[in-house]
Amino acid sequence: MIEVLYFAWVRERIGTPRETVETDAETVQALVDQLRAREPRYAAAFQDLSALRVAVDQELTDFTAPLAGAREVAFFPPMTGG
Amino acid sequence: MRVRVQADPFDLGAEANAFVARQKGAQAGAIVTFTGIVRDIADGLDVMEIEHYPGMTERALDAIIDQAHQRWPLADAFVLHRYGRMHADEAIMMVATAARHRKDAFEAAEFLMDYLKSRAPFWKKEHSAQNAAWVAAREEDETALNRWSD
Repeated sequence: MIEVLYFAWVRERIGTPRETVETDAETVQALVDQLRAREPRYAAAFQDLSALRVAVDQELTDFTAPLAGAREVAFFPPMTGG
Repeated sequence: MRVRVQADPFDLGAEANAFVARQKGAQAGAIVTFTGIVRDIADGLDVMEIEHYPGMTERALDAIIDQAHQRWPLADAFVLHRYGRMHADEAIMMVATAARHRKDAFEAAEFLMDYLKSRAPFWKKEHSAQNAAWVAAREEDETALNRWSD
């Protein structure tokens, strides 16, 4: 079980800010593949991974990151603070 | 306090004065503050909406301030960033740095700005009467980070 969070247009495209996902995915990429297979709105949101950033347990990382022991994964577009 | 994330507007003068006051006795001869202001857009900005990632935002800003302290001999550093809805000409955020000499204070403030723009989890959305669009990240914001990677 893992908490998956979405922000900005990723949240809008998927239609929820967060959800609990039952998964055995070992990496972020594997989790993305499982989500993509669910419904078209996920496939649309995850169509171009170069347009996305990912954080595991609130630390910025990349799609090859392992998920062992992770509690929270967040997907979002490049940040635009400041 | 090094980091504050809030929805409410802030008083730049009061924040700057409080930052100066807390340097008393620290031999901080140089204090730099930077403030970001909401810009209007071509078809007229109704509202700027800023979304953030509660929890990660504070951690990321804290880590960036840690890095600034490692790179420059700072007496202090402070980042305040708003989220939620705001209008053109309102202050979005500020950074303040204190150091013995101005070069360190200026450079650290620029470093904090460069990093928080593309490494702290904030996203801007511009609403006009006709349209609402997420602000795209700029290539130059990413390349601005390269000058610090030595």
